Amino acid sequence: MSTTVKKEHRSARPERGGQATLVEAIRQGIWEEMERDPTVFVIGEDVGAYGGAFKVTDGLLDQFGKERVIDTPISEGAIVGASCGAALMGMRPVAEFQFIDFISAGFDLLTNYAAKCRYRWGAGVPAVFRGPCGSGVRSGPFHSLNAESFFLNTAGLKIVEPATAYDAKGLIKAAIRDPDPVLFFEHKKLYRLPRLREELPPDDYIVEIGKARTAHAGRDLSIITFGAMVLTALDAAEELEREGLDVEVIDLRTLAPLDKAAILASVKKTSKAIVLHEASRTGGIGGEIAALIAEEAFEWLDAPVIRVASIDTPVPYAPPLEDYYLPQTKDVVDAARKLAAY
Amino acid sequence: MSINTKYSPAKAVNGEPLTCTSETTLKPEQLLELYRYLKLTRLVEERIVNLYRQTKVVGGVFRSLGQEATAVGTAYALEPQDFITPLIRDLGAVLVKGIKPRDIFAQYMAKAWGPSGGRDLNIHFGDLEKGFIGPISHLGDMIPVMTGILLGGRFKQKNFVGVAYIGDGGMSTGAFHEGLNFAAVQRLPLIVVAEHNQYAYSTPTSMQTAVKDLAEKAAGYGIAGYIVDGNDVIACYEVMKHAADHARRGEGAVLIEAKTYRRKGHAEHDDQRYVAEGEVEWWEKNNDPLDRFEKYLQQTGVTKEQLGEIGAGVVREIDEDCAWAESSPMPDAEQAAFNVFDNSIVPPAFRPKVLES
Repeated sequence: MSTTVKKEHRSARPERGGQATLVEAIRQGIWEEMERDPTVFVIGEDVGAYGGAFKVTDGLLDQFGKERVIDTPISEGAIVGASCGAALMGMRPVAEFQFIDFISAGFDLLTNYAAKCRYRWGAGVPAVFRGPCGSGVRSGPFHSLNAESFFLNTAGLKIVEPATAYDAKGLIKAAIRDPDPVLFFEHKKLYRLPRLREELPPDDYIVEIGKARTAHAGRDLSIITFGAMVLTALDAAEELEREGLDVEVIDLRTLAPLDKAAILASVKKTSKAIVLHEASRTGGIGGEIAALIAEEAFEWLDAPVIRVASIDTPVPYAPPLEDYYLPQTKDVVDAARKLAAY
Repeated sequence: MSINTKYSPAKAVNGEPLTCTSETTLKPEQLLELYRYLKLTRLVEERIVNLYRQTKVVGGVFRSLGQEATAVGTAYALEPQDFITPLIRDLGAVLVKGIKPRDIFAQYMAKAWGPSGGRDLNIHFGDLEKGFIGPISHLGDMIPVMTGILLGGRFKQKNFVGVAYIGDGGMSTGAFHEGLNFAAVQRLPLIVVAEHNQYAYSTPTSMQTAVKDLAEKAAGYGIAGYIVDGNDVIACYEVMKHAADHARRGEGAVLIEAKTYRRKGHAEHDDQRYVAEGEVEWWEKNNDPLDRFEKYLQQTGVTKEQLGEIGAGVVREIDEDCAWAESSPMPDAEQAAFNVFDNSIVPPAFRPKVLES
């Protein structure tokens, strides 16, 4: 058997800054952190020679070698467990799930080992567990998951999901430098979306974990959301603006720990809130945020808090089914009109 | 790859009671130190049972009675820089790695001075300096974690081996397979000690696996396999020494099956109704690891008085450490909120203000 591979391929080092899509931003972030800190390494399925299913880790193997870019067996338990062990030894693993749906196979070690180590005996697990999440790309029940709700009820895991290229780079760098385990969800629909291409600064920067941002400022109504739904919210806001409604869009960026102050400040300003997310409605983060607003901003509210989320089914494959499943811009616009009528 | 059976369980010859293998490189003073650890393990557990009966232990008590030689003998063969991740029945390995009985007592009593400050139980903690990574209750999980410890060691160019203990029950988990397979592929110096004590809670090995010897599973991972008499502390030492040398030389992972017997139930509350009549008693009478080692030592000229002196020293240490642990306060309630995350970044998870009047 020949030992030479079929295609000789060497990917160039990414630019520092410059025009970048979301996937390029994440790749830049990981690359720069690996250059900055020799303890950072990448581990996952097909992350090496192939460069990852979505090419997030493309070129890293050539640059950093197989000691720091480890192709694993199909074995999420091994990926998570080994990342935990290496992190205890002072390494900074960046573990990839090929699709975030497969995080279920590493669930035990994430929730019972990574999440509880510091609490149990003071040993932090500085590991990043990242991968493509999200629906709307016609991938069916096993390649479309939004997994945040599975983990929100586990103390000890930070959860991050960026919606812009700038944030994606700044947050992945912050996640790698964080002393605790971070789940880093990357919406696959955003990876190469031209709309998100933006100019990144050439300098090293991070975006702080735990801080929401105002994606669009407004006075009349708050839409609290994250990930790909930020774009849906912005589209709805544009449409509503033509009707004279001034909508504020809050992009959470971090789901755990939640930026409660930002949520409450926005709601206290607008007195009306929609919580918008792509995961199924029941047991989703929307319920948590709605409860927070009810408990801590009840006196400021002029209308009920409305959740706009996917229906309580697995993610279906056929376009008409998936479109029915997912919240659409129209759903957000309708909900906003309903709230405006109060 | 064939299974190394040089130190397989010994059979009694002509009705002579079992002792230990004489094929050893251990020096006389090492043998006495080994005896001290074996005695310490048994007596620490007996003291914990006393505390339990005095209702001073907050949770359950898990004994390694009758199988202490496996943990003690294998751990004694390691170098200070080597890592272990034990199971609940491997207190002996934890003590050999230098963890003090006082820490164990404080843990069982949920005291503030215990290494986990009352947040977790028994040997569920760790000490990275001493190469001790405590287990969690989910069996199998520590195999991939130890694989990661070894990956970290390789990155940092440190030459140590990692020992992960597992039982005949824990080997049925997916995590066991995933961890060992990955370690084997990466040729990491992982040594898995499979303690075949014949019961997983109440379930006999015949209902866990269809193989006769757990060591047969080594072939499925392309790694070396050993069978050792788990009640012969010297044999356990020798096999681990051999296995650790193999792993340290870069020849890959190892699976050691230690054949032994769990004489107590899963925990103190377990009445062992599932065990055949007379079985426990047979092992107690004929194959107790401490008895066997004492007989061996006496055959080599160690006197009863010498052994008695070692035992008395062990009791003194236990008395002192137990008193220290008992004198510790319980943790302050509010400590429950700390250390979920690094609190210099994320504040402690105090009770919410909304509940305050």
